[in-house]
Amino acid sequence: MTDVSHTERADTVWVERDALIDRIPRWLAMTILFVAVVAIWDLVTRMGWVSPIILPSPRETLDDLIFVGHNLVTGDYMLGALWTTTLTVIYGFLIAAAIGFSLGVLVGETKFGERAVMPYLVAIDTMPKIAFAPLFIAWLGFDISSKVALAAFIATFAIVVATAAGLYAASENERMLFKSMGASRFQTLIRLKLPTGLPYIFTGLKIASVGVMAGAITGEFLGGGKGFGALIRQSASQMNTPRVFALILYLSLLGLALYFTIAWAQRRFVFWNKSERQGAIG
Amino acid sequence: MTMVKTRPLSAEPVAREARPVYEIERLAKTYARNSLTALTDVNLTLRKGEFVSVIGSSGCGKSTLLKIMAGLLPPTRGRVVLEGQPVLGPRPDIGMMFQQATLLPWKTTVENIVLPIEIRSGRGAAKAAMARARDLLQLVGLGEFGNVYPGELSGGMAQRAAICRMLIADPAVLLLDEPFSALDELTRDFMNMELQRICMERQATAFLVTHSLAEAVILSDRILVMQARPGRIVEDVPIDLPRPRTLEMINTPRFGEIVAHIRNLLGREAFA
Repeated sequence: MTDVSHTERADTVWVERDALIDRIPRWLAMTILFVAVVAIWDLVTRMGWVSPIILPSPRETLDDLIFVGHNLVTGDYMLGALWTTTLTVIYGFLIAAAIGFSLGVLVGETKFGERAVMPYLVAIDTMPKIAFAPLFIAWLGFDISSKVALAAFIATFAIVVATAAGLYAASENERMLFKSMGASRFQTLIRLKLPTGLPYIFTGLKIASVGVMAGAITGEFLGGGKGFGALIRQSASQMNTPRVFALILYLSLLGLALYFTIAWAQRRFVFWNKSERQGAIG
Repeated sequence: MTMVKTRPLSAEPVAREARPVYEIERLAKTYARNSLTALTDVNLTLRKGEFVSVIGSSGCGKSTLLKIMAGLLPPTRGRVVLEGQPVLGPRPDIGMMFQQATLLPWKTTVENIVLPIEIRSGRGAAKAAMARARDLLQLVGLGEFGNVYPGELSGGMAQRAAICRMLIADPAVLLLDEPFSALDELTRDFMNMELQRICMERQATAFLVTHSLAEAVILSDRILVMQARPGRIVEDVPIDLPRPRTLEMINTPRFGEIVAHIRNLLGREAFA
């Protein structure tokens, strides 16, 4: 054996080097971006390039964040508004999940659903659903129920499509296995198709959670009432832009809470496909 | 058409006198949609303890034959009788294995193995069968892996678990649809020897569909050679290599003769 090390030159050795971004921890990258955005924001407002009514300074926004936060913590009227919106979102989400899942099973499992029901669902889904808001208010009045209905209506379709797609996801081999074991259609649905479709269904629920938020707030914009959406509209009409910013930031916490609750449930119930969870299925 | 001369291989198969398990008479299958004759006039008897393989090019109808035998597909004509009862649908006394292990990822290995019991007789019966499932895992050398999820099993281990699932209901016949063709060659050889050992221990009656000549010869008592258009059995080749078979037999002259004979039958069609 000859020693090859003395013949190795630096430019013949191929060493994999991480890109700079890979060597920075994620929290640091996020912090750097956050500081940069706030710095530019501060600069833009400080130099008077934009009117404070359009874009308040970070300082004013922080003051309002503290004000709204204090109001929420002390259980003042804003907490009541947030609670109203939270209930609207939860009810809307549960109704959308129940109806969406049922229709999804109908579409995914039956020829009737696939051929007769699905075309109508697609037709309704392509409409701008926000436009139904005045109808829901006319039918259900100005209290929470019209907002719940709009939120559920907007969110349902994502769950229908995801559930139907999930039921188609079982492979030909798996179907044949169940057939060879003499499984009934119901057994195949419960023991094979639904578990196989769970990752899809959870993805549908995540998309629906975004739709529910949009529906609830739009309903509160248009139909008034006691929710957070009404507070935002009120502040906007008073040209209190920092307050609007602060309210939106707190509102986003509600959306995040819903989203991460679903993500947590997905990790809990779809424990088996770790690779897919990080992939396209989300 | 020129007939290539093939020397018939004459030998007494091991289980010629045993009780018939499967009896198939004048079986035919035509797919109405494209008026394709997948099978015509297939006659075949499987006896107790016999290992029979069917080999043929793709599209020769061998998978159709297996599906009809399994009760997954109705024949156009003819009858299939298993243990004296006509096959009119999937049956618990038929054990099946596919190219893919097809284990459910949300069930542990042992739960997957009792799945056929769970489907047919409910959760209670499945629980009661757990001990038997663990014995079967021991039999295939997976004793430690009962509580593991299939995601943690290798391809060969998953197929061994699929063997256990096939055996759990103690079927009268094993129908094997290219069970190891997705595995690498070394694992495949090993799995074939495992399959032989399991079949000999249980005196199982087995029917294997494969495209691998070596696999068919090393495992079988008889090989049915099929040709396409229309799908039919052209020769029933007895394999007189002694049991138990070993991988070394692949290098014997007799093995070579048998392989050459079958290849000739298949090749005649492939180059026709």
